[in-house]
Amino acid sequence: MTTREAKDATKIVLHGRKVVGGCAEGEALVTSQTISGWGGVNANDGTIVETRHELRGVSFAGKVLVFRGAKGSSGWSGTFHNARLRGTAPIAMLFNEMTTKVALGAVVMRIPSMTELDQDPLALIETGDWVKVDADNGVVEITKRSEH
Amino acid sequence: MELLVRYAEALGAERFVDVTNVAGVPGSWTPYLIDKYKDAGSSYDAIFSLYDLDSDEVVPIPQQTVVHSCQLQGGYDPKHPDVLGASPAAMDALRQGEEGAVDHGVEILKTCAPYLAGNVPAFGEHCAWMESSAVIYCNSVLGARTNVEGRESTSAAMLTGKVPDWGLHQMENRYGQHLIEVEFPVESIMDWGMLGYYAGQMVQEDIPVLSGRFSRPEVMRHKHFGAAAASSGGVELYHLAGVTPEAPTVEEAFGPKKPVRSFKYGAAERRAIYDDLNSTATDTNVDFVMLGCPHAALEQIEEACRLLDGRKISGNSDLWIFTSRAIRAEAEARGYEEVIKAAGGHLLTDTCPAIGQTVPPGTKVVALDSAKQTHYLPAIMGIQAWFGSTEDCVNAAITGRWDGKAP
Repeated sequence: MTTREAKDATKIVLHGRKVVGGCAEGEALVTSQTISGWGGVNANDGTIVETRHELRGVSFAGKVLVFRGAKGSSGWSGTFHNARLRGTAPIAMLFNEMTTKVALGAVVMRIPSMTELDQDPLALIETGDWVKVDADNGVVEITKRSEH
Repeated sequence: MELLVRYAEALGAERFVDVTNVAGVPGSWTPYLIDKYKDAGSSYDAIFSLYDLDSDEVVPIPQQTVVHSCQLQGGYDPKHPDVLGASPAAMDALRQGEEGAVDHGVEILKTCAPYLAGNVPAFGEHCAWMESSAVIYCNSVLGARTNVEGRESTSAAMLTGKVPDWGLHQMENRYGQHLIEVEFPVESIMDWGMLGYYAGQMVQEDIPVLSGRFSRPEVMRHKHFGAAAASSGGVELYHLAGVTPEAPTVEEAFGPKKPVRSFKYGAAERRAIYDDLNSTATDTNVDFVMLGCPHAALEQIEEACRLLDGRKISGNSDLWIFTSRAIRAEAEARGYEEVIKAAGGHLLTDTCPAIGQTVPPGTKVVALDSAKQTHYLPAIMGIQAWFGSTEDCVNAAITGRWDGKAP
C-alpha cells in the first residue's frame, strides 16, 4: 500500500444536500453553537465577537466553517456579504439547521455550502481537520488533523 | 429573480409565494459601499444591482416597486449628526441612498417598528420583512406571514413581489412546538421583556406557546416581548393562548402537534433572567441612558416625560430616546421633544446605538429598559449595561447612578 493509499483510507466521506454549488478545501473551524451575524461578527476581519460565544475572538476568514446554524438579527446575510467584499469570508460552509438567514448568507457569499449531511459534521469534524466540500456532487471529505 | 432562484434553491423551496408588503433597507449606504462600487458609478442602480441584489452586472432598476415597500432603520438621525457623532461622509452617503430609495418608490419609515409608523399588514397577508423584532410582531401579533428576510431578498422582493414559499409562509410550519407555562404574573413592560428573553433562551428558533398568568398585553408589551425573544433566541413567531390571532386556545395553537418540551416560568426563572441581563455591569456610575428599543411608541415618550417631571439629567450622564420620524412628529406637536430637551436629553430618530454603533464619547456604563439592546450593546460597543424598568433608567439619567433592584 502506498502512502497515498494509506492516507485515502483514513478519509471520512459524508454525503449531503447542496445549498450553494462549487468545490473548495481547507482547514475546518468548528462550533456546535449557532452564529449571530450582525452584532455577533466583525466583517472587517471575520472575527466572532458575540459576548459568550465559544469562538469569541476567532476569525473564520479562509476556513471551512462548520457550525450548527444561524441565529439573531436579519442582518446575517448583509454581514456575511460584507465579509465577502472585504475578503474575510469562509471558503466553504457546512451546517446542520436550515434557516432563511444562513441560506441567504451562503448565497450572497457565493461559497460552496452543504447541509442535511448523512452523519453529524459537528461530531466528526474538529477544528484543524482538512475538509473538502464538493457541493456540486454533494460530497464532503474529511482528513483528520493528525493525518494530513 | 436570479438572486431569488439561487435563494430558493439554497432553501430547498420548490415555488415562490406572492408577497404584497416588503420591509427592507435599500438605499442604506455607507462611504464604504460608495467607494466599493465607484468603478460602476456608485449610482442607485449600480449599488442596488451589485450589492442589494448581488448581481454580476448593473441592471436598470424600475422607478416604482411592484408592491408596497418601506425602508427600515438606518445609521444616523439626519437632524442630529452632531449628537450621534456622524461624519459628513457618512451623512452624505445616507442622504444619497435615501434620495435614491425615494425616487424608486420606497416609503422611508426609518424605523425598526414599522407597525407603529403606519405599515400594518393584514391577517394572513404574505410579507417579506427584515428586522427580527418586526418580523416576530408581524407573524405573532398581526397574523401576517413572513420569514426573517435579509437585505438582498427584500430588495429582490420589492421588484418582483415574490420570495421562496418556505417556512412561515406555510400553515403547517406555524403551529406551536413548545409550551411555556407562565406561573409568575407578568404585568409591566419590563416583565414582558424578561419573559421574552426567557422564551428565546428556552426555545431558540422554535415556536413557543405561552399560557398562564398574564393579562392581555397591548402593542408595547408585545414589542418588548418579541424583540427579546428574537434576540436571546431566534424566535420568529409566538402564540399567547387566548390572545394572539392564531392561538384562541393552547390546543389550537399546537394544531395537530403536541408540545415537544414544556417549561415553567416562575419566580426563580424570572430572577435568573434579571441577573443574566445585568451580568455585564458592576459599576453603578451611569454615563448614558438609552430608551426606545424597539423604537418608542408615543405613550413611552410620554411616560419618559412624566418621569423626568421637570428635572434635569445629571451632568455626568446622557439621555437618548429613539423613535420613528412619524412618532417624533407627533411628539414634537405635543411638546414632548421640548420637555426632553429642557431636561438635557435628546429625542432621536432613524437609528439606535447598536445599529449606528454609536454611544456618547467616553461611555463606560449604559442603562437600558430593553432586553434586546442589553443583549447587543455590550458586545458591539464593549461597555457595561444595566437592565431595568423605564423608571429605573430615567432615575439613573437624573442621578447619574444605577439604583435598579430586582423586581
